[in-house]
Amino acid sequence: MEKAWDIEFQEVRMGYGETVVLEDISVTLPGGRISAVLGGSGGGKTTMLRHIIGLSKPMSGRVLLGGRDLFALPERDLRMIRRRMGVLFQDGALLGQLTVAENTGLPLTEHTKLPSGLIREMVLHKLALVGLADFADYYPSELSGGMKKRAGLARALVTDPPLLLCDEPTSGLDPISAAQMDELLLDMKERFPDMTIVSVSHDLASVRAVADHVVVLRDKAVAYSGALEELEKSADPYLRRFLDRAAQRRGASDDPRLVEPEGVRRRIHEALGF
Amino acid sequence: MNAPEGRKAARASGSESVLASLGRYGIALTGETGAMGIFLLRGISHMFRSASQIPKVLRQVRVIGAESLFLIVLIGLFTGMVLGLQGYYTLTMFGSEGFLGSAVSLSLIRELGPVLTAIMIAGRAGSAMAAEIGVMRISDQIDALEVMDINPMAYLVSPRLTAALVAFPLLTSVFCVVGILGGYATGVLMLGVSRGVYFSRIESSVRLEDVAGCLTKSLVFALVVAAVCCYKGYFAHMRRDGMGAEAVGNATTSAVVLSCILLLAADYVLTSFLL
Repeated sequence: MEKAWDIEFQEVRMGYGETVVLEDISVTLPGGRISAVLGGSGGGKTTMLRHIIGLSKPMSGRVLLGGRDLFALPERDLRMIRRRMGVLFQDGALLGQLTVAENTGLPLTEHTKLPSGLIREMVLHKLALVGLADFADYYPSELSGGMKKRAGLARALVTDPPLLLCDEPTSGLDPISAAQMDELLLDMKERFPDMTIVSVSHDLASVRAVADHVVVLRDKAVAYSGALEELEKSADPYLRRFLDRAAQRRGASDDPRLVEPEGVRRRIHEALGF
Repeated sequence: MNAPEGRKAARASGSESVLASLGRYGIALTGETGAMGIFLLRGISHMFRSASQIPKVLRQVRVIGAESLFLIVLIGLFTGMVLGLQGYYTLTMFGSEGFLGSAVSLSLIRELGPVLTAIMIAGRAGSAMAAEIGVMRISDQIDALEVMDINPMAYLVSPRLTAALVAFPLLTSVFCVVGILGGYATGVLMLGVSRGVYFSRIESSVRLEDVAGCLTKSLVFALVVAAVCCYKGYFAHMRRDGMGAEAVGNATTSAVVLSCILLLAADYVLTSFLL
């Protein structure tokens, strides 16, 4: 395992087309630790992840990975860096026509001339780590959502990457599966202490279980970046609401759309035969 | 401004907006054709890069070729039978029913074989290609390939192009042979044309250039269908007429429609060169 990679955003503006999602953010995700990126839905978490992977280009600013500007690198170097990343996509992103074992071993079969027996051995080991050794020859369509995510994690780990990026690793999972996923990430960290893990999430329980560095995004900016313990002590009203899962009070709003139109509910109920 | 002047101005602005729309459509069409051409060239450039492509190509040959075989045999048979029937009654009017073999075989080999085969494959395998790649796009599978440094063009598009180049000529040949047998069934077995005359007319009228032209057309059609269908699926996420599943559905429809239009246009151009 090589030296831990810091991920540094320097005045980065991100977005799609004309839409700006994150405005001139500067933040560092420390190498060799588990960082969680938190924020509301549509807040730019996945966009941030796509910039680390190099799938989206920033509108301005620089993204540094282990000190190297990701978007100033020659194509060949960027490709080599990508080979050293493991990415767990939201739904696993397993290729439907390949079995779980073939999916997991894909980076090895495509980039090496290793004997298939050796690849299979490594694949089964990684699948065992995520508890899927008995499902190696299943197709993704035969797996549950949680199993797909675990298979996606096995594929992300098959090359022992120094950087593991997880997009919503626990979303859509039942509490037990979510806890298993957290355990897996902690287990990976224990096995590979220099591995940098970035997890994009809005699952606070999961973040509390695994993260030792947290970035909170709000209103196109970084609302907080630092240790989880410090975040827990924060008195910032937004962060407190976020941490305490407190809904924004709507009663005080004078938005007329919040007032139910008179008689409409009765007519709808009548039409539905209630 | 008085009323007639107002109407005149409105008409002028109306015709201007029609012209502007046509212009925009023309520019968009030109741009997309260029993008598709570049896409095809990128696909071709990855075709023969490594032996690891062979299993993927074989899988696609099965999908495009073997799984379309029954359909092609069925359509070929009925096309040949209809040609035999129509040809017989038309030729009888001139006392030339002996030329039925020539009429059926030349119609099939020069035109109907390559065109109908390509249209059938576009409808069956082409739509599946566009839908499969489109679903891969919207479910992050193509992004996952890029992240693993696996070139999606080499992994997804090139094997389909190669497989289409293998499968189209084979299926076209099957279509023509079955069609000729269909014409034989109608003309010889049902309507009483001499068996010897039917086949000897085929032998005397079909030249090697006709067969070469037939295979050339099928190769060009293979590239057209595979490139259009892969392109439409590959860029399903960039469609303006829908998102997610709707975008994949629209991409699939437009892949088949555009393939058919381009096939017929290419057929006209090729025929004018080959005749």
